[in-house]
Amino acid sequence: MIHSLFLINAAGDIFLEKHWKSVVSRSVCDYFFEAQERASEAENVLPVIPTPHHYLLSVYRHKIFFVAVIQSEVPPLFVIEFLHRVVDTFQDYFGVCSEVMIKDNVVVVYEVLEEMLDNGFPLATESNILKELIKPPTILRTVVNTITGSTNVGDQLPTGQLSVVPWRRTGVKYTNNEAYFDVIEEIDAIIDKSGSTITAEIQGVIDACVKLTGMPDLTLSFMNPRLLDDVSFHPCVRFKRWESERILSFIPPDGNFRLLSYHVSAQNLVAIPVYVKHNISFRDSSSLGRFEITVGPKQTMGKTVEGVIVTSQMPKGVLNMTLTPSQGTHVFDPVTKLLSWDVGKINPQKLPSLKGSMSLQAGTSKPDENPTINLQFKIQQLAISGLKVNRLDMYGEKYKPFKGIKYMTKAGKFQVRT
Amino acid sequence: MSPWFRLSCSLAPTLQPSSQDLKQMLESSKDSAKLDAMKRIVGMIAKGKNASELFPAVVKNVASKNIEIKKLVYVYLMRYAEEQQDLALLSISTFQRALKDPNQLIRASALRVLSSIRVPIIVPIMMLAIKEASSDLSPYVRKNAAHAIQKLYSLDPEQKEMLIEVIEKLLRDRSTLVAGSVVMAFEEVCPDRIDLIHKNYRKLCNLLIDVEEWGQVVIIHMLTRYARTQFVSPWKVVEVVEEYSENNFYESDEEQKEKDQKVKDTYSMDPDHRLLLRNTKPLLQSRNAAVVMAVSQLYWHLAPKSEASVVSKSLVRLLRSNREVQYIVLQNIATMSIQRKDMFEPHLKSFYVRSTDPTMIKTLKLEILTNLANEANISTLLREFQTYVKSQDKQFAAATIQAIGRCATNITEVTDTCLNGLVCLLSNRDEIVVAESVVVIKKLLQTQPAHHGEIIKHMAKLLDNITVPVARASILWLIGEYCERVPKIAPDVLRKTAKSFTDEDDLVKLQILNLGAKLYLTNSKQTKLLTQYVLNLGKYDQSYDIRDRTRFIRQLIVPNEKSGALSKYAKKIFLAQKPAPLLESPFKGRDHFQLGTLSHTLNSQATGYLELSDWPEVAPDPSVRNVEIAESGVSKKLNTSSSSVTESASSEESSSDSKSELDSKSDSESGKSRSTTTSKVTTQVSVPAKTHELLHRMSGKGLAAHYHFSRQPGIFGDHMVSVQVTVTNTTDHKIENIHIKEKKLPPGMRMHEFSPIECLEPAGSITVSVGIDFCDSTQIASFQLCTKDDCFSVSIQPPVGELLLPVTMSEKDFKKEQGEKYFSSFNKCIWMRRGSSVIFVFAFPSRFAAKTVHSESLMLVTVELKGSSTAQLIINTEKTVIGSVLLRELKPVLSQG
Repeated sequence: MIHSLFLINAAGDIFLEKHWKSVVSRSVCDYFFEAQERASEAENVLPVIPTPHHYLLSVYRHKIFFVAVIQSEVPPLFVIEFLHRVVDTFQDYFGVCSEVMIKDNVVVVYEVLEEMLDNGFPLATESNILKELIKPPTILRTVVNTITGSTNVGDQLPTGQLSVVPWRRTGVKYTNNEAYFDVIEEIDAIIDKSGSTITAEIQGVIDACVKLTGMPDLTLSFMNPRLLDDVSFHPCVRFKRWESERILSFIPPDGNFRLLSYHVSAQNLVAIPVYVKHNISFRDSSSLGRFEITVGPKQTMGKTVEGVIVTSQMPKGVLNMTLTPSQGTHVFDPVTKLLSWDVGKINPQKLPSLKGSMSLQAGTSKPDENPTINLQFKIQQLAISGLKVNRLDMYGEKYKPFKGIKYMTKAGKFQVRT
Repeated sequence: MSPWFRLSCSLAPTLQPSSQDLKQMLESSKDSAKLDAMKRIVGMIAKGKNASELFPAVVKNVASKNIEIKKLVYVYLMRYAEEQQDLALLSISTFQRALKDPNQLIRASALRVLSSIRVPIIVPIMMLAIKEASSDLSPYVRKNAAHAIQKLYSLDPEQKEMLIEVIEKLLRDRSTLVAGSVVMAFEEVCPDRIDLIHKNYRKLCNLLIDVEEWGQVVIIHMLTRYARTQFVSPWKVVEVVEEYSENNFYESDEEQKEKDQKVKDTYSMDPDHRLLLRNTKPLLQSRNAAVVMAVSQLYWHLAPKSEASVVSKSLVRLLRSNREVQYIVLQNIATMSIQRKDMFEPHLKSFYVRSTDPTMIKTLKLEILTNLANEANISTLLREFQTYVKSQDKQFAAATIQAIGRCATNITEVTDTCLNGLVCLLSNRDEIVVAESVVVIKKLLQTQPAHHGEIIKHMAKLLDNITVPVARASILWLIGEYCERVPKIAPDVLRKTAKSFTDEDDLVKLQILNLGAKLYLTNSKQTKLLTQYVLNLGKYDQSYDIRDRTRFIRQLIVPNEKSGALSKYAKKIFLAQKPAPLLESPFKGRDHFQLGTLSHTLNSQATGYLELSDWPEVAPDPSVRNVEIAESGVSKKLNTSSSSVTESASSEESSSDSKSELDSKSDSESGKSRSTTTSKVTTQVSVPAKTHELLHRMSGKGLAAHYHFSRQPGIFGDHMVSVQVTVTNTTDHKIENIHIKEKKLPPGMRMHEFSPIECLEPAGSITVSVGIDFCDSTQIASFQLCTKDDCFSVSIQPPVGELLLPVTMSEKDFKKEQGEKYFSSFNKCIWMRRGSSVIFVFAFPSRFAAKTVHSESLMLVTVELKGSSTAQLIINTEKTVIGSVLLRELKPVLSQG
């Protein structure tokens, strides 16, 4: 399936190559560079590029292109999903997935890649299994290894590979047994000029960090499971139980993992926690434009909106902006024409605003469209859909674990058209 | 070299020592130096630097005790073995040794590396290794064997036949770990051998949910292809008769056929077809986008139309994923939405475009929105489109104009609105937008040329400002085509363009010539001179095309003595009614590729693409999927339930007794039990999950034990029957040192105990294997199961079937053995009230061969039908005791019907 993998940085250098079958010359990447040149921006490079003898499938993450070389028919999502899994694994191993990190740990990277694929077909992609085969590098381990001569490589087949719960390693031991669950919801919305909602959806995930001894069997139930319109599970969740009782029953992997992602459909009314008042105008004749935006809280259920960042891609004709914020800091990049305003917390008594003028290029006519405003924000202790976890129980082990559940609402792709 | 120096080196691997230094390090006696050298070499390989000259030095370390060095040497070997074949051979013996290692990880990785070395000389060795590994006890090794099949096939396609045998064997494997890999090998090596799948179809469907995600994708794609060759189309009839219920799923084919005849005109889905759909549906909830897509395409290609819509929600969910996933999913949705608007209409708003989307995502979303447009939603959509038209991304704005054009032609109610909107866009400041509008308006006008003189006039005015060639050409064409509607303007346009002729693009020049010709024919008085002027310009143009066109037009329209008969028809030729262009989705016609494939994404056939066949008119025989003893080639161990064992062991019934007992079976009873009999047979290929109790937790003070016969060929020796004992701790404290003591075995019997279990956690359970040589008797093996503190007496009694091993032999051999040997034979007539019901199980006469585990003496069983209600069961064997016990047990099973 996957023949070779090339890692290409922003400058267009191939800094790592790995072949699982016969060697494919790196000149095959020339086709990729060509496509990259044609697409002005990195994210416009097509994920699937045909060349005379191969097909190049790529993903772009952390400013690195992961380019897989394919020789024959294969479901493209198979490759793309796998490449994303590779990136996730690197991130899991090294904390960040960057060119420098990969270059520094090239041997571990190579060993991991070797285990992940055999003859181009995925072999082990569960990070719990991989970590037993090849231990992630830590400074301490590096020092110990150099002195004692022990290795990072496991010599036994990870128990998970053969068991019915391949995601969990055996023999897990903790002194503090804890299980934390984060319910994180993101609001995707498009708000039109007049402030009415065109479309709004809630996408939620439950991320877990489980550090429990032995083989615990957990169940998690919701107060209002009917809210969930569409769900996708970590393989550990027992599907039958969910179908019949709407209860999440699972033997968790060890460590961090995404238990569930769900979708609250557009049919339900979605509470929009913030509003944006805007007054952006260009005049045809003058070379000055007015710019004024105010952000305020709407349906926040009494919680504070924090971490607000407003960004907007200004039209090409805008040369510069002179603005004064009532709070926070703002930056306008005259090259990319990107305005970004870091607002911080919204104080309902004193709404943050950003006012000022734009200087336009002389002679050009006014732009057709006012810029859209993208919003980011965070609300702690609130799941905007109203989803609530009822209880979390543990079976199969005797000790009493420490349990915690946290809620958070964030802006996903939140756009205001002006 | 001090350890500190080495540490600093490994942190900064950019400082490369020369290859001479590396060689020295590799030859050093210290593992640490070797490891360091190997790490540097791997670093070189990763950067794409040539490290092949180090081959001899590296290959020496292949047998290193240090596992990390070994792994890195493997990495190196896989990369360079092809280039240095002779030297690579030095390493082969190490791998051959490792293939016999007791550690499964080492066996597996040895096989991996051995099969990855692309050296043709070792093909026979690889073949042997694969064959051996395919019957390894560890499913992990078998999985690797499946991978090795593909590698060997790509190295030497001549091995195909032998490899297919291995594939066939591995397809029968019940491990979820193996399933995905072997199906992958099947797809690569012999995708046309669909017959290999029949027997494993149901098993694969049932295992699917437990297979790892990557294997799921491959299996689902293969099963999609399979189903299209085996089942009839569920699409023909509008109503789908859903007669399906759990109970009749294992219905025999005979009955199925009966039913087919009864309900021939109403369609009923093959239960196997239903099984596939039902077992894949939960996978829509997978976190893996590839799995979700695979299930979606399966539903699209296989499910009745009414059911296919279950996938849309999941597909829409994937749109939240990374841009690459979005791109592929949107493409597939685009193809689906052409045929089935209803599937995605409820999700219309999920396809609204955001200004931050990359252009490729934007255009795909737009495509889908256009496909979904209908009378009900068009007004909202057009409002949305208005925003898009103003987008700063001009490429996208242009695409939106195209989309508006398509909506206008498809939905007649809004044609005028759209046209007006587009005309407004003509005064847009951006040239690309205007040009695109012109092109789309031209197409729209062509579809309904009724009375749009005003628009044409407006466009004629635009000609002064627009510079985009396509747009100019479009305007000129329009004016020429409808010159009779704008009689005053048309000649003036020709005058203007004649002036600029030499500066125009080729495309525009051709249209000027066209315009001239058309005007000459309709209004020669005003335009004769102008046209001739233009034609003269064209005659000396640089482009061949234009010179040719000029010559052609001149001959046609200007009558002279040489012009032929055609010039009479010039008007008809130029001003013929032209069919309006169809505004179609570029995704139309993509559906002839299987969805979710690379070929579909590229809209061209990729290498190795396997065509999805059309539904067969008549379904091929569904019975091929039935898994039966008679057909499986190997006669499996006869499934004798434990209850019948105890019964037969306790009483010595005379044959006449049982005969009368059988006679008394009533008709009504047989009807009920029939379905259970057949289902037992179909599941018989598997090792039965039936466990027997060894020690109850009450009598074992919290220690419980169960056993079952694993039916694996003797792990502990040829004469041993392997028994899996599962020990469970139901107490709340640890149980230590569980072991076997005080075996009280009948003479001749031997037992291989498990190694003592040191400690069993509360609620923990552990499975161990023991081997028992029962000496081909059904005598009880008694022993004591002991913990640190207690001893419990337990016993195992084997059902007679567990004392036999299946044997494959041809019919000829079977008869020869039967005839020649001095077996004592037991003949028995069985009366059957409903003979027909047993036919489902056996094709008469059926023969089964087995040998006893201990003495390996043959045991032949023949079932023959005598008359309509009588069957004969013959057992030939040297072992009379076992033979008679077996006979006693088989009889009730066979006559149950």
